[in-house]
Amino acid sequence: MQNSAVLLILLGTPLFAAAVLAFVGDRRFAPEVNITGSAATFVAGIGLALEVYEQGSMLAGENFFFVDAFNVYLAVLTSFVSMTTAIFSRPYMRREREHGRVGHWGMRFYHAMFQLFIFAMLLCLLTNNIGVLWIAMELATLSTVLLVSLYRTPTAIEAAWKYFILCGVGIAQALFGTVLLYFAAERVLGEGGQALLWTNLSLVSDKLEPTILSLAFVFLMVGYGTKVGLVPLHNWLPDAHSEGPTPISAVLSGLLLNIALYALVRCKVLVDGATHSHHAGNIMMGFGIISILVAAFSLLRQKDIKRMFSYSSIEHMGIATFAFGLGGPVATFGALLHMLVHSLAKSAIFFTVGHASQMHRTQEMDRIKGLFKGNPLVGWGLMFGAMAIVGMPPFGVFTSEFLILTATMKSAPLMTPFLLLGLGVAFAAIFRKVQAMVSGEIPDYQKPLKAAHVPVMLHMAIVLAIGIYLPDFLSKWFITAAELIK
Amino acid sequence: MVAGFIIELLQITLVIGLAPIFAGWVKMLKCWSQGRSSPSILQPYRNLLKLFSKDIILAENASWIFRFMPYLVFGTGAMVSAIIPILSTDLPLSLTADVIVLVALFATARFFTALAGMDIGTAFGGMGSSREMMIASIAEPAMLMAIFTVSLSCGSTSLARIVETIYSPASVIKPSLVFAFIAFVLITLAETGRVPVDNPATHLELTMVHEAMILEYSGRHLALIEWAGMMKLFLYISLGVALFAPMGIAVYATPAGISLAFIYLLLKLGFSGIVIVLIETGFAKMRLFRLTEFLGAAFLMATLGMLSFFMLE
Amino acid sequence: METITQINSFLAALVLLTAFGMLSQKRISSLIHLFTWQGLFLSINTAIVGYVAGRHHLYISSILTLSLKVILLPYILHVLIARLKHRKDVETVVNIPTTMLIGIVLVIFSYHLTAPVRELSTFITRSTLAIALATVMIGLLMMITRRHAVTQIIGFLAMENGLFFAATSTTYGMPLVVELGVALDVLIAAFIFGMFFFQIHTTFDSLDVDQMARLKEES
Repeated sequence: MQNSAVLLILLGTPLFAAAVLAFVGDRRFAPEVNITGSAATFVAGIGLALEVYEQGSMLAGENFFFVDAFNVYLAVLTSFVSMTTAIFSRPYMRREREHGRVGHWGMRFYHAMFQLFIFAMLLCLLTNNIGVLWIAMELATLSTVLLVSLYRTPTAIEAAWKYFILCGVGIAQALFGTVLLYFAAERVLGEGGQALLWTNLSLVSDKLEPTILSLAFVFLMVGYGTKVGLVPLHNWLPDAHSEGPTPISAVLSGLLLNIALYALVRCKVLVDGATHSHHAGNIMMGFGIISILVAAFSLLRQKDIKRMFSYSSIEHMGIATFAFGLGGPVATFGALLHMLVHSLAKSAIFFTVGHASQMHRTQEMDRIKGLFKGNPLVGWGLMFGAMAIVGMPPFGVFTSEFLILTATMKSAPLMTPFLLLGLGVAFAAIFRKVQAMVSGEIPDYQKPLKAAHVPVMLHMAIVLAIGIYLPDFLSKWFITAAELIK
Repeated sequence: MVAGFIIELLQITLVIGLAPIFAGWVKMLKCWSQGRSSPSILQPYRNLLKLFSKDIILAENASWIFRFMPYLVFGTGAMVSAIIPILSTDLPLSLTADVIVLVALFATARFFTALAGMDIGTAFGGMGSSREMMIASIAEPAMLMAIFTVSLSCGSTSLARIVETIYSPASVIKPSLVFAFIAFVLITLAETGRVPVDNPATHLELTMVHEAMILEYSGRHLALIEWAGMMKLFLYISLGVALFAPMGIAVYATPAGISLAFIYLLLKLGFSGIVIVLIETGFAKMRLFRLTEFLGAAFLMATLGMLSFFMLE
Repeated sequence: METITQINSFLAALVLLTAFGMLSQKRISSLIHLFTWQGLFLSINTAIVGYVAGRHHLYISSILTLSLKVILLPYILHVLIARLKHRKDVETVVNIPTTMLIGIVLVIFSYHLTAPVRELSTFITRSTLAIALATVMIGLLMMITRRHAVTQIIGFLAMENGLFFAATSTTYGMPLVVELGVALDVLIAAFIFGMFFFQIHTTFDSLDVDQMARLKEES
């Protein structure tokens, strides 16, 4: 019974906070309410994680919710990053308000939708019903669409429209896949809501009709793959991630992509069980490797700083998808770790990028200069963030990418050169551009600014710590999770 | 067998005789719908009579095709009358000539009309021919598609068999037949030169299609062509009626059955005339280049009919 | 049972017909009318399937469809069009006959794709799954070939219709929780695109999506 209490708090807090913030609106203390809500969610997330750590997987709410090592770690990550983002967004959005980019209603909307978005993501993670999973995913999209167009500039509206339409189309394919999955399940489990519960499905997955599940997976792959931002379904991503307010870019890149990948992996487990083949894995590997390569080469020609890091998100999601597709304990472990460190590093980067572009009032990389001298925290934050994201040791991304590379060499050696090529190109592209931005003299249009220290430093510290020493509990956890989605 | 041939002859005379009256009926309804006083229903006969009594004026460079065409067009009309089960399905010819032959007969007539249009070498004739062929290039596949759909659904290409299958009490309304019917209506409008596609009452150079091809004809030739045109309208309507509303058609050729079929036929033709006039008054003439869309829709309907036959039946 | 199958396939054919109608239609108000009809056919079909199969939760889905897709959404769309004073024809990227041909190809493609389901299913509605998938695909095609915000949305909603139809025909409807959730999502989406129309209209002074081409990849 206590289980569901923690769950209820975890899901209820953001929903409640969204309602409160819709009333609080643009008052002076709205950001603080936002932070409090997110912090409470994070605490509840930790509580849930501790319970799962002690007791193992559990079901709650009449089997409606299901928590295991795989999703609870993502739930903690989600609540953590949303908390730090809330902390970051307090000074950031206040400054945007002063600059007049957001109005009174915009702020009210921003805060309420931020919390609703967190709720949707958590629901996505914790639900046991793959139908509800779809609904929550759609809700997460819908709640962020209008946040992307918050600034009401032509480009922002265009980006949001693209996001809305393309993700709408994609997610519709996923619903078709879900219908097919339900059709296959119904023949084994009988009619009704029970046939859509993941726990029930995974028990009988080897009895499900393989042809139907292969067909369903194609639709699910296209559907959730659009949300993961895999090439060639990625068109919306750089626009949506670069045109919205920076805190939203951080959560979109850092969290929502993970959630979509989570949904995809959950479905893959079922399909693998039914087909007894590497069919689904191969599709994922294909999408993954194409994403890595296309994104890496696109990185080279970016001029907008947020767009560049959005492409980097595509690349990293490609790596994780590839690793999940590869399968096996090492690759899956690497993929899980990669989701974690990418999330942390990418949101930290977006925090510093947000500050940097506020200092220069532009997102063009050519005009951003002298960050080391102008604001050391932002400069070094960006530098370290970039080092982390391109996979330099001793950061955590290096560890995960190294694991994935090792696994690739072992089970799919032919793919190794492509993977290395992608990583190399991305490394060169990002490093060259970040180098130019952080060094040099302070340009005359640069304005000083008081940055939010805590989120950036916290994230970078964790990424660094994971790279240097992976704590026992974490690795044990990942092994359990990898076991679950083998 | 003998009865069958009598029916054939009866049908041919019926079509030749009734076609002008049907054309007059449509004309009459159209006048009424526009609030004009109408000519007599027998006016087409008088027109034909007038044309027959006039001399033929032939262009100097007219070849045999030009002189041959009116008889050919009229002849194919008469032949088609013997294939379509207008009064009865007990038609000996329908064993040798199925629905594809029917389409081919119409196509032959059209081919020679187009040739004759170009024969004299005037600008209008050539223009009319090229427009006619443009319409034909989409209308004919669409027509065949619609007919294939019906044939598939009934399991035969013989018109008599199709009508019997649809007429039998066991048959139900099938989606494929509905699609085929819509396609057929659109094609009929295009093939018989009715309003959204062509306007039989105009000689405006920008729009005319069929009239442009026969601009050089006069006297007896023109009379035959006009008569054949009326027969074509009559035949398309009775083909549609036979395929999609076969009530009353006699399966066995008894005098009572034939008379009943005749009464039904008159009623159905009268009703079809009303429908045609409603369509003609409801729509404006299309621009020539939008015709592809119109006929494309017909083709689409026919294809959908065929697809829904495979998918749903 | 035979009659019911007949009615079911008939309604399926009508849904497909409206889908093609939308593909061929240039005027927005006619598009909305066609969309309304499609919703109505779906709603009737759902109620009939619910009656025959004895799945009473389908009645709720049917009423939900009726109120959402036949009454509410078309009403909202009509009001928006009137408010934004939009009466123009919509330009298409690909000409209409070609779009139609692609549509036919998509129907055949869906027919082949759904073959395994048809073989396995025992439901009376199984043969309509191909049409449901075709409706989804045609909605997608509409979104790709039309350069107008409202038509793209109608395409999106038509896709939704197809998905709903697919759920009804393969499995006699998804569980009620899911159906309700999907309906809620559609409702929120409707709210959002309404906001969008105004945002796009005030920013670009038109609802033409071609105006929105600033975010091209610079090279």
